[in-house]
Amino acid sequence: MSQLAIQEKIREKAKELLSKKEVDLIIGFSNWTLPLRTTPVFIRTPEGTESLIWNSFCENNLATYIHKFSRFRVGIIVKGCDARSLTALSLEKRFNPERVFLIGVPCQRMVDRKKVTKAVKGEILRAEERGEEIIVEGEEFKTVLNKKDYLYPSCQVCTHRTPIQAHVLVDDPVEESPLVEIHPGVNQFEKKTFEERWRFFEKETSRCIRCYACREVCPMCYCTECFVDDYRPKWIGGGLQPQDLQFYHIVRAYHQTGRCSGCGACERACPMDIPLTYLTQKLNQDVKELFGFEVGLNSKTPPPLSTFEVDDKGDFIK
Amino acid sequence: MMRRLDKRDFETFLESVMEECDLYAPVSLTEGVSVFKKIDHPNEVNFSQLLTQKPAKEIFFPQSEPMFNYERRGGKIQITSNEEVKRERILLGARPCDIEAISLIEKVFMSEPYTDLYFLEKRRKTTLIGLGCNPPLSTCFCSSAGGDPFLRSGSDLFLVDLGDAYSVELLTEKGMVFSKNKFLREADPEDLRRIKELEDKAFEKVGFSIPMDGIEKRLDLMMESFFWDRVHEKCIGCRICTYLCPTCHCFDIVDEGDFARGQRMRNWDSCLSPLYSLETSGHNPRPTTRERTRQRLMHKFNYFPKIFNRVGCVGCGRCIQYCPVHFDIRQAIIWTSSKRPRKPKI
Repeated sequence: MSQLAIQEKIREKAKELLSKKEVDLIIGFSNWTLPLRTTPVFIRTPEGTESLIWNSFCENNLATYIHKFSRFRVGIIVKGCDARSLTALSLEKRFNPERVFLIGVPCQRMVDRKKVTKAVKGEILRAEERGEEIIVEGEEFKTVLNKKDYLYPSCQVCTHRTPIQAHVLVDDPVEESPLVEIHPGVNQFEKKTFEERWRFFEKETSRCIRCYACREVCPMCYCTECFVDDYRPKWIGGGLQPQDLQFYHIVRAYHQTGRCSGCGACERACPMDIPLTYLTQKLNQDVKELFGFEVGLNSKTPPPLSTFEVDDKGDFIK
Repeated sequence: MMRRLDKRDFETFLESVMEECDLYAPVSLTEGVSVFKKIDHPNEVNFSQLLTQKPAKEIFFPQSEPMFNYERRGGKIQITSNEEVKRERILLGARPCDIEAISLIEKVFMSEPYTDLYFLEKRRKTTLIGLGCNPPLSTCFCSSAGGDPFLRSGSDLFLVDLGDAYSVELLTEKGMVFSKNKFLREADPEDLRRIKELEDKAFEKVGFSIPMDGIEKRLDLMMESFFWDRVHEKCIGCRICTYLCPTCHCFDIVDEGDFARGQRMRNWDSCLSPLYSLETSGHNPRPTTRERTRQRLMHKFNYFPKIFNRVGCVGCGRCIQYCPVHFDIRQAIIWTSSKRPRKPKI
């Protein structure tokens, strides 16, 4: 189905839910002021659904907003990753699943706006998606790019594009094969020696400005008080000392073990272009290999590191 | 006074400048990410990104700055202060919005009776070399915020990129120090015309579309408006817009160290963080992003103009470019002057 047709179906379903008063609001995407971008919107009236859109720039993980709107009955437009985050969150009892309606969109993979921006010289003033192509225009250029070459790394490796957990799917499920077998970031990282890995991590984290955008956009980062904000005890310095930046990034990644849906929202949010998904994606791979577990595929199995079984084959339990 | 600096002389010119001063300029950290940094070699200077991620305020008000060191020695505590700046400094290539923002922060940090020594010392010892914006970005709205893409005010010297050379205007006493510099040659009579052309083009692009006039008065009536219930919705509460903002100037003072030795640090703080307004009792007067977003906008467009007669925003557009959920401050300003959203029935 074309994106326009998908968009039409999303609007239709959203309108229906709001008209029948089955939900209080719909969380979806809308166009805003910049090209290559969309913005999360919160629609409360059936007429308002006309502003809902769907394209390859709907990159935000809307599951993040469940924390903010959990007291309402919400309808959320979800991609595969958003839906998996929500399932993981419902397992952690962050919201009542009965009050949430998922409008599922089998995802066509999202376009990496930073990569597109770097591909052309000059500021992009208009961008249009036409089938498998993106046409970007500036004051002195007009370039046609092949969408396939400008996808987010997390989208390239995605094998759960269809949000099977959704209450309704607006399109047929897509074929679940990755474009790339191993996440490009993980692949490069694994090829490095231990020293090189450390140097890479050290160099990349040194740009961190501690805006915590990676934490805030992440649906799984919802602690009322994050360890970096604790004063008593104080775990971490408040400045830009390398050890503090590294500490934050390691702990942030490790807290995601077995909980990260691999949506890549953290990396997209970073204003300093720090690669982050190579860590979380590597952890995802490890959890899959060691425990045969993937995040958010069913609403029964808790993440392996958040549970225990008395007949565990490891002897730590005895 | 107007001069001309050929681009082929640019690096040698900087070298000569660096003999006497520390030079701070935009440096690229990785493709598409640049910041202002003290440079060791002129070839590090990189003007290709119109606006650096972190603004030039960092040179005067660093994100994390040791105020003093303490050490306990033989029952006595020794304190070494850190405010002194030993060498003269030059800030090169700051855009007019960043320079305008520095004069805004000056109003806060340098006005009597509370002057901030750390800021003051750095500011006094720094010569500002501005750089005109040709062309500005689509997110720029400096003209609406009281500036313009070629605003000279605040700069000691002002550069305009003319292709093969920079035109150099010596604007202040500090700037006139360069009048005898051998690399700054006689200006070409054509230069003025070309600058005018570039200015016209830039002004046209930036325009005056954002209704900034009277925003202070409008917001006076809006403290409890339903407006805020809607504006904040998509805000996820990160600190990008405040840390990348050239005028934001909040900080937090903490001691890092132990009983024997340590430092008193001053770190940037952000009103978007819940911790910012959390009180010791556990009560938080700004409990959600609604109150925090309101604080950010009210401070810039209501409290700041009340005290200093100018909006606390210079229209650089960084917060628009880098917001992970695409919050557009221009749109919020426009909304304050349009019909307010009404409270729905639910």
